[in-house]
Amino acid sequence: MLYREAGQFKTTYAEDMAIFPIRQDRMALAILLGIAFIGVPLLADFDIWPFGSDYLLRAILLPFLILALAAIGVNILVGYCGQISLGSGAFMAIGAYSAYKLGTGVDIPLAWLGFAISIPPLPVLLSILLGGLAAAVVGILFGVPSLRIKGLYLAVATLAAQFFFDWVFLRVSWFTNYAPSGSVNAPTLDFFGLNVGTPIERYMLCLIFVTVFAVLAKNLVRGNLGRQWMAIRDMDIAAELIGIRPLYAKLTAFAVSSFIIGVAGALWAFVYLGSWEPLAFSIDRSLQLLFMVIIGGLGSIMGAFVGAAFILILPILLNRIPSELGVPLSTETITHLEFIIFGSLICYLLIKEPHGFARLISLGKEKLRLWPFPY
Amino acid sequence: MRAPDTSEILLEVEGVSLAFGGVKALRDVSFDIRKGEIRAIIGPNGAGKTSMLNVINGFYHPNRGAITFKGRTRARMEPFEASRGGIARTFQNVALFKGMSALDNIMAGRTLKMRRGLLWQMLRYGPALAEEIEHRHRVEEIIDFLEIEAIRTVPVARLPYGLQKRVELGRALAMEPDLLLLDEPMAGMNLEEKEDMSRFIIDVNNHYGTTIALIEHDMAVVMDLSHRVAVLDHGVKIADGTPDEVKKNQAVIDAYLGVAH
Amino acid sequence: MSGVLYSLVALGFVLIFKASGVFNFAQGAMVLLAGLALVRSLDLLVAWGFPLWAAIIFGIGFAAVIMAIAAWLIERFVIGPLVNQDGLTLFMSTIGVTFILEGAAQMIFGSDAYPLRLFPTDAWFLFENLFPGGILVNKLDVWGGFIAGILVAGLAIFFERTKTGRALRAVADDHLAAQSVGIPISWIWFVVWLAAGLVALVAATVWGTKLGVQFSITFLALKALPVLIIGGLTSIPGAIVGGLIVGAGEKIAEVFLGSYIGGGIEYWFAYVLALAVLLVRPQGLFGERIIERI
Repeated sequence: MLYREAGQFKTTYAEDMAIFPIRQDRMALAILLGIAFIGVPLLADFDIWPFGSDYLLRAILLPFLILALAAIGVNILVGYCGQISLGSGAFMAIGAYSAYKLGTGVDIPLAWLGFAISIPPLPVLLSILLGGLAAAVVGILFGVPSLRIKGLYLAVATLAAQFFFDWVFLRVSWFTNYAPSGSVNAPTLDFFGLNVGTPIERYMLCLIFVTVFAVLAKNLVRGNLGRQWMAIRDMDIAAELIGIRPLYAKLTAFAVSSFIIGVAGALWAFVYLGSWEPLAFSIDRSLQLLFMVIIGGLGSIMGAFVGAAFILILPILLNRIPSELGVPLSTETITHLEFIIFGSLICYLLIKEPHGFARLISLGKEKLRLWPFPY
Repeated sequence: MRAPDTSEILLEVEGVSLAFGGVKALRDVSFDIRKGEIRAIIGPNGAGKTSMLNVINGFYHPNRGAITFKGRTRARMEPFEASRGGIARTFQNVALFKGMSALDNIMAGRTLKMRRGLLWQMLRYGPALAEEIEHRHRVEEIIDFLEIEAIRTVPVARLPYGLQKRVELGRALAMEPDLLLLDEPMAGMNLEEKEDMSRFIIDVNNHYGTTIALIEHDMAVVMDLSHRVAVLDHGVKIADGTPDEVKKNQAVIDAYLGVAH
Repeated sequence: MSGVLYSLVALGFVLIFKASGVFNFAQGAMVLLAGLALVRSLDLLVAWGFPLWAAIIFGIGFAAVIMAIAAWLIERFVIGPLVNQDGLTLFMSTIGVTFILEGAAQMIFGSDAYPLRLFPTDAWFLFENLFPGGILVNKLDVWGGFIAGILVAGLAIFFERTKTGRALRAVADDHLAAQSVGIPISWIWFVVWLAAGLVALVAATVWGTKLGVQFSITFLALKALPVLIIGGLTSIPGAIVGGLIVGAGEKIAEVFLGSYIGGGIEYWFAYVLALAVLLVRPQGLFGERIIERI
């Protein structure tokens, strides 16, 4: 009764095609955004629970936002366009290290040509976006084979990217500015004169990035390009016969996806970690992102958020609950339990609901539309 | 059916031969399709009818022969050329995009007509939104025409077979094709559904002026709908003419009755 | 020669793929499970006073039983329910299975590194009169090659000659048709996964001796992927040839390119090689051509 479309008539196609056509959904979103943009900073400023300490902001909300952004990128490639990728960690790394080099000044001496390419350190915002662009370029390169190589074989190709870039950022010291320990520090985060340092400032920065990108991504998948991606995913031969060019569709998917993942990588390194090593972007990260997308829902922007939240919160729950209940488990056992639960969940979701929690939520909404009537 | 007004040739295949390994699907087949007509291609199973459509479409490339479409002759067609040139098609086993709704499937058919690029779509403002709405209008006209308003937002995988075929027809129509290739559009339908589909096909031909080539097994439908019929058997064309002529042709009768030759 | 060791893992993949069209990401985890079951039971039995030869036999038997249980569980709860889904879904489910196996194996059997001493690990120096110092041939690699040869022969006989083998091939081709002629799919798939599990056990004995049985053994699965791509996913001899190519290729690349670019090349060389093969010949050297129809 509360959640009903009755009485909400759409008189234009524009209204019908809006992201949230149902008024109740719009209100829910408004409340969520209100909490995110206004509520959280307020509570944090006054140290009100649950923001009494930095922990929630620093260790949960911040990684949640950035990983959700990366998951949106992965979802575009895997969920909407159907190209499986096990190399998303590498693209985060490309974004991070490119942004780092651009933010600290690039100096390529081409002695054999007689001059050097020298770029002074760029403003942080520009470095991050250009880092994403670098990732997009590499993404396009790795997308080119996707015409000939499909499905599983493509997964192997993306693994090749993952391992290759793992090695590049480890061995080619130019990327780490020849740091002896192999780990690097982010440049200071100056955005238009404002310095971003405290957890709440970092949170707001990421919130803005994520919101903007989520809207842009949602627009893309709702439009013609999104339909082209889904057509390629569902039946690429038929897609070609109605005039969709597979190369264009796949390459744009790779490009957009890698751009978003690259930006997320730069944010992860600059804003969340502060200082990092190549290990932060290993295959574990790629698998983690893939899990987020599967659990949250393939082919759903909202699913990326749900999946990210789930994957971040579960380990924390697993850590806290046994001790709360008085059953002490070693950290090792907890890790193993995590593995088992994640694995089982993946299998369960794939069997029961391949579209993940996002679909379960939509189904829930369907039920809610009828509530309290049974049918 | 009365013959169409024009005798201008839209598509012609000459001496087309196609073989897969040892299997000769088509052997030196030639026929033409006139603008504005409904051309049926019939024949017993395995005659090479679908292969013929696939050649016209560019999905198969013939070993020999030429295809002339809208005045241009070429040895083989590429799928992209075909769709760009105005050829649309439906399939024997419905080739819809299972993950999308009926509306989205038909909207996908408008891809070739959409101009606004990636950046505009991202912002979805002004020109991009206007374009999306304009194409939505056209698609809604098609939905109206095919009487499938009620199932717009249903994921096509959940639709019954007959409705899926209608959505597929809608997607082909969305391309505003000059030549529409229909591969067994009535397969698996009951009498009522067949009448509906026949009505749609005739309307498409009359209303939009679309030239139609269709493969069909139901003889009554073929005789009623088509202007001219080509008959294939074992990859060879054995008859070509109006439905009445073909009905009386002995070779055709033999082929269908299975007389050895 | 060490490429042959990769082939041992790759064989398990080929088995499952050939018989069910499923690409089993969990093969590496199966090696871990088998290895852990073996080594822990071995240590336990020896500690209880069993003579070594008896401990080995019982240990292997125990590990085989564990793999059978795992195969049954996997077939019953994961593969069976997903029988009609496309390859990608099944592949992702095997990723899920990987995690379950890794977590469960370590929780039950422990997560340390356990040394395994089933084969000699020293080396021979061959051809000392022809080459100064001789060619270093690792005894373990030779054992590995020998075992791989037996496995390949055995599997080939199994597939071609036995009734079950034929049924397996039928199921791989078209499982709906196979069911309609009375082949019990669940049983067949259980057999397939069991066979893969036993192959994993064999791989575990060799690799466990080389590296010790520990978590990092699961990364072998990742190494075996390029072997499969190069050899062809459906080919048993391809797995061997692929393994040899990868093994030799890595060593050569390390020697020649390593001095220019820096070390650690074997990390990605196999993958880039596989990528190159994919571009030129998507079905691998010995695989079957993939034909798409509409």
